[in-house]
Amino acid sequence: MNTHGVSAPSNPPSDQASNPTSGGYFDAASTEPLHPAAREVILTAVDEGWADPARLYGSARRSRMLLDNAREIVAAVIGCRPDEVAFTASGTQAVHLGVLGTALAAGTDRPTADRDPVAVVVSAVEHSSVLQAAVHLERLGTTTATRQVGVDRHGRVDAGEFGKAVDDGTVLACLQAANHEVGTLQPVDEVDVRGVPLLVDAAQAVGRVPLPRQWSLLTASAHKWGGPAGVGVLAVRKGLRWRSPLPDDEREVGRVPGFENVPGALAAAAALRARWEESTTLAARQRELIDHIRARVPRLLDDVDVVGHPTLRLPHLVTFSCLYVEGQALVTELDRAGFAISSGSSCTASTLRPSHVLAAMGALTHGNVRVSLTREATRDDVDRFLTAVVDVVTRLRTELAGL
Amino acid sequence: MTGDAPALVLDCRGMRCPLPIIELARRIDDVEVGALVTVVADDPAAASDVPAWCRMRGHGYTGPGDDVEGAPSYVVRRRH
Repeated sequence: MNTHGVSAPSNPPSDQASNPTSGGYFDAASTEPLHPAAREVILTAVDEGWADPARLYGSARRSRMLLDNAREIVAAVIGCRPDEVAFTASGTQAVHLGVLGTALAAGTDRPTADRDPVAVVVSAVEHSSVLQAAVHLERLGTTTATRQVGVDRHGRVDAGEFGKAVDDGTVLACLQAANHEVGTLQPVDEVDVRGVPLLVDAAQAVGRVPLPRQWSLLTASAHKWGGPAGVGVLAVRKGLRWRSPLPDDEREVGRVPGFENVPGALAAAAALRARWEESTTLAARQRELIDHIRARVPRLLDDVDVVGHPTLRLPHLVTFSCLYVEGQALVTELDRAGFAISSGSSCTASTLRPSHVLAAMGALTHGNVRVSLTREATRDDVDRFLTAVVDVVTRLRTELAGL
Repeated sequence: MTGDAPALVLDCRGMRCPLPIIELARRIDDVEVGALVTVVADDPAAASDVPAWCRMRGHGYTGPGDDVEGAPSYVVRRRH
């Protein structure tokens, strides 16, 4: 079949796990397959929302209307005004723009020799996009320090301690709604940042759990809630001082440069609305499955550390670490058995360092497995997974450790 | 540290986790209950995994020991 040079690879990696319908895809926290509600609107959105929403003729006005419609849906779910919402190209871009733009607007891009350190305060378990944006600010000389606030063994920040880290020199505080690796919810509404802008990375929480109400900026990513890739959300409260770190551009109220992805935004909004409507029943079902895994794994296997808060957590995600097992081997062997999972162990990414989240919690970093369920996951899938994990871990321990 | 010398030093330099932890698990019973074992390991994961192993297996993590030619070390007390 000739599709003008665009085609599927002739030899795609053959694994069942990458096929979400096989019931072995347990990596929703990386990305969730497209929600059926998004699938329904996506072709219509491409046909109806192709014109330039910045122009004034009929098809352009139609595009603008669709885009604003998407904006209203997102605003309603995250709890803000539609004109506070901008669509970005990804969750990471939303974080970068949010962090850099807020620090820039604080007017700190000038010599700091005779002043106290100008700091960004972050939790030690933020997503790498937040931590890297803070590092970038230091490199630019906009800030002179990044202050990390530690977590307890469940990966949860102490609200009082977080508030204490904020002082007169703080230009921005960043605290995630829920942790991406262990699922622990953070006490965002309980922290007192005394008027300092607070950025909340809600990528893992939107569409799954009630969101914090206290934030100055909120960021999210559509493909995590079953929307398409290429759509992120940056919400900035009215009145917050923010200046674009990029060349001026009028798109998205001057917050995000470049032609808008109208079909993507509309499909993302459709997925989010559907997701939000089903979130209570879905969360209850997923919580039951995750509780089952949390209870069974330590009974079926010796020397396992189940990590993340037992109750204050995302409904669809659980992480555990198995002593004496290599993370990379676990991922590979589970894939062979038909299960797609991610791991925070070193050597599973392009780095030799283990997950900064697991390290900050004092959790075991090797032999780590993160299970995150899609909306399709069933009890049967989970039980098959438990059987496979016991088999794989037992085998790997025998091979590597002779234990 | 309490000042007493380790009864055993495990040189795990060049080993990737979980190998230093497997070595520690194999050798901990070579020392008396209450004695110290020092694990020398340059894999950054050992900084988390030695204390985590102690917590999971009910042994005592005493803290970091002296560097050995630039490689960090970790001191463990056998508790049972």
